[in-house]
Amino acid sequence: MANTDIQFSGEALEKVKEIIARYPEGKQKSALIPVLHLAQGTFGGWLDVPVMDYVASLLDIKPIEVYEVATFYTMFNTKPVGKYVFEVCKTGPCMINGSDDIIKYIEDKLGIKPGETTPDGLFTLKPAECLGACGYAPMMQLGKYYKEHLTREKVDEIIEQCRSGNMKID
Amino acid sequence: MKLLLENAHIEGIRYFEAYRKNGGYRSVEKALKMTPDEIVEEVKKSGLRGRGGAGFPTGLKWSFLAKPEGVPRHLVCNADESEPGTFKDRYLMEFLPHLLIEGLIVSSFALGSNATYIYIRGEYAWIPDILEQAIQEAKNNGFLGKNILGTGFDLEIYVHRGAGAYICGEETALIESLEGKRGNPRIKPPFPAVQGVWMRPTVVNNVETLATIVPIINMGGEAYGNIGVGKSTGTKLISACGNLNKPGVYEIPFDLSVEDFIYSDEWCGGIPNGKRLKACIPGGSSVPIVPANLLLKTAKGETRYMNYESLSDGGFQTGTMLGSGGFIVLDEDQCVVKHTMTLAHFYMHESCGQCSPCREGTGWMWRILKNIENGKGKMEDIDLLWDVQRRIEGNTICPLGDAAAWPVAAAIRHFRDEFEWHVLNPEEAQQRNYGIAHYADPREVPVA
Repeated sequence: MANTDIQFSGEALEKVKEIIARYPEGKQKSALIPVLHLAQGTFGGWLDVPVMDYVASLLDIKPIEVYEVATFYTMFNTKPVGKYVFEVCKTGPCMINGSDDIIKYIEDKLGIKPGETTPDGLFTLKPAECLGACGYAPMMQLGKYYKEHLTREKVDEIIEQCRSGNMKID
Repeated sequence: MKLLLENAHIEGIRYFEAYRKNGGYRSVEKALKMTPDEIVEEVKKSGLRGRGGAGFPTGLKWSFLAKPEGVPRHLVCNADESEPGTFKDRYLMEFLPHLLIEGLIVSSFALGSNATYIYIRGEYAWIPDILEQAIQEAKNNGFLGKNILGTGFDLEIYVHRGAGAYICGEETALIESLEGKRGNPRIKPPFPAVQGVWMRPTVVNNVETLATIVPIINMGGEAYGNIGVGKSTGTKLISACGNLNKPGVYEIPFDLSVEDFIYSDEWCGGIPNGKRLKACIPGGSSVPIVPANLLLKTAKGETRYMNYESLSDGGFQTGTMLGSGGFIVLDEDQCVVKHTMTLAHFYMHESCGQCSPCREGTGWMWRILKNIENGKGKMEDIDLLWDVQRRIEGNTICPLGDAAAWPVAAAIRHFRDEFEWHVLNPEEAQQRNYGIAHYADPREVPVA
């Protein structure tokens, strides 16, 4: 558990403190999901077991309490992912507006299947359930932001921007 | 008449200055001179029904809140908007964050909450910044923090991000999640009003519901209650999507006909490419899908309107529900089997796994639907599907089971011939869609 490589910066630790202070005394477990977001963003986009153990120690809860939560919520990755995760919605309203075609196009273009990552570690394709952008379909989540009204051309542009390092994701 | 989105297009309305200049925060000034009970009374008089989907009267819900001596109480804003077809709360939070904050201040005062939480779905990752800025601005201007407007009332509002779980829109699952746990719904009773977050009395209300407290206080509960039709008072945000020329978020009056909402240029502007209307799910994916002929008119042949009573006219046999206002339109080229299959996959993915009928049943329904859609279905699968959904409904701790069962039941009820066609024509079903058949858009084809 004492993995010294895994350590938040002083600034991040301040943020953790600020998050814990939002909840009543002794209810620091409530900070778990926000702190896991912070951890996932800090430690390579996924939650390795030592990272979860570190979060448990910060919140003074048992590691199993962290594993339970990390494996329940879709946004937490318990395996490594690419730098750019294309989370393409495929639920009803997006399906009506051609999400199947967008997913197929990304598969062909990047040579990966849903759930896979490109060998260069740049892209992961992760079909998603409804993301609340049904009127602007088809769409995907890319990091912190939504990319809506997707077309093949728009997907090309997004991939290009990612490859050239010009895509803002946080 | 617009009560929520009236100022949505004013430049800079996202920020305090423009919001305040256009009448913002008046309801706080008014409410903090009233007693909490008087505010609850106004909300009761308004007839406001919860805008998250269930439609439970908000004032009544507030009146259930237990007030034991010395125990803090909390208001929690449900911003976990995840019902397929629904994106109205996102619009409110993105473009009118101060309207929500204003509603939260008044509601927190009425309920006696000194620490109020906005539980927002994790995927809306850019919105917490917008809300936190609005909170900071309100604080800088004396509407939040200690001793608000010199009344002695203290309030902090915190934004709490979830991490991707539809089930956390169910209020007890949301509470569990806010406590840092898996989103497993609790067995009720005890109800949140008695033992909610950290076992303290808690009220959980939807974003739109809480934003609506602002016009209710400004105009008075009675005046608000006089707007609308019957028990559908005020106005409602509808998020329209699917095959529509102008999808988006609309604030509608309750006396608007469904036909006008879909076809009028003032609203959704009709269906693209001259296609005909096949079916609609008017209140978010969980409510029954209805064919065009039962959408625009009730079974009795009366005009159907965009309100709670009219949409549910005929019960589940021939009607549906207003639900969350997630309005999904399917044109003649859409396949009801495939659409239902995507929804079944959604519910399978989102089931928390606590209750066997839902955990096992949602996956079972998806697998049957996938077989039928892919030309591998048998005739008896349709009856099996009906049987599975029937055994989920009403047999789970929370309403996710019902929400998963209803879309499947309604699809079979109204579109059984389309399911049978898939079974009888497995190869053809891979090549083309069934089409509109007898669901006939009544605007163009007489109903047999």
